[in-house]
Amino acid sequence: MAPAIDPVIGRYVRFEIDGVAHRVYFEESGPAGGGGIPLVCLHTAGADSRQFRHLLADPGVTKRYRVLAFDMPWHGKSTPPDGWERTEYRLTTASYTAAIRAFCRAMELDRPVVMGCSIGGRIVLNLAIEHASEFRALIALEAADFQQPWYDTAWLHRPDVHGGEVCAALISGLIAPQSPDVSRYETLWMYMQGGPGVFKGDLYFYRVDGDLRERVKGIDTSVCPLYLLTGEYDFSCTAEDTLRTAAQIQGVEVQVMKELGHFPMSENPAKFREYILPVLDRIAS
Amino acid sequence: MSPAERFARLPDLLAADSDLRRRGGWLSADCRIDIGAEPFYLSLREGALAELARGPRLLRSVAFSISGTEEAWQRHWRPMPEPGWHDLFALTKRGAASMQGDLRPLLQNLQYFKDLLALPRRLPEAI
Repeated sequence: MAPAIDPVIGRYVRFEIDGVAHRVYFEESGPAGGGGIPLVCLHTAGADSRQFRHLLADPGVTKRYRVLAFDMPWHGKSTPPDGWERTEYRLTTASYTAAIRAFCRAMELDRPVVMGCSIGGRIVLNLAIEHASEFRALIALEAADFQQPWYDTAWLHRPDVHGGEVCAALISGLIAPQSPDVSRYETLWMYMQGGPGVFKGDLYFYRVDGDLRERVKGIDTSVCPLYLLTGEYDFSCTAEDTLRTAAQIQGVEVQVMKELGHFPMSENPAKFREYILPVLDRIAS
Repeated sequence: MSPAERFARLPDLLAADSDLRRRGGWLSADCRIDIGAEPFYLSLREGALAELARGPRLLRSVAFSISGTEEAWQRHWRPMPEPGWHDLFALTKRGAASMQGDLRPLLQNLQYFKDLLALPRRLPEAI
């Protein structure tokens, strides 16, 4: 019997981000004959590209799209830059934007679609504000211009609390109760595996540096179409947060996803597919 | 069955869940859970419930307490809770519950406590 190999290839690509050398891990999948519209996927804070493994293996997507999901530096199999031991990791709007654009350049992607979730969704909004002409379309999952914090991130990185377990336990409530257990616990497992302080460092962008209130009004969807999709069970980025953001952006398409939470692509891939395939169809047409 | 009456069934519910007790194997702590106006004092020892005392106890010391309105617990324990009522932190964010005291044992065993406090959802009479 032939080995049951997933139709996904993982590799490393080397490039610089703001003058610093990085070795970044990514996975990709696309049309059998090559080509396809590049679709770059951005994982949530404290997680990695495995969140998109179902999308990467979905022929309904990969027949037309070259799907690429990379682990942000410090996440998954992308190691931190040399000298990391002497720094405190903090993601910022500028460093996150630079990392995404550097990946797209290094991979020589021509006007890719970028889809990000949570912090990935927030940074997609910044891409729409600052670099819309570089992208064919932008999809922000679980995104808003700002969200009210709901816990103290100091608990995420201290020696008397297990970082991986507390990160997973905190975000576990953002998964919809309808999501299948197997997908729920796989989503949590990824959080349990994050590096020390990485989730906290990502949330610096989310909580402190990435406030896009007022700025989203400047998004021009005639330059690059923008889609916002948020799960109804996400109480971190609530449906109201997303709808408030959408109300400020002319031409944006917004949808509240039933029976989904903050991790639609990994917590319930079958349900997410119902929402994302029509969006991808429209972008491809 | 009132939310407090449901919570009073906690000893049986935890006794029936050997996996949850296993996951709490390193946890021994005293805490108070308020179901509306009614306090419950929990003495947890190695993940098991050594004592559940219902009603006020003068000068009883606990590490931390979690208070929720009757509505918060009632909606939290629905078989399929609605958005915004489905998680402990969803309740605190909306102002229907709060946490006080030394939260370290809570955060050290957060999934355990979330699952413990969701156990009344399993009662057949839950609506």
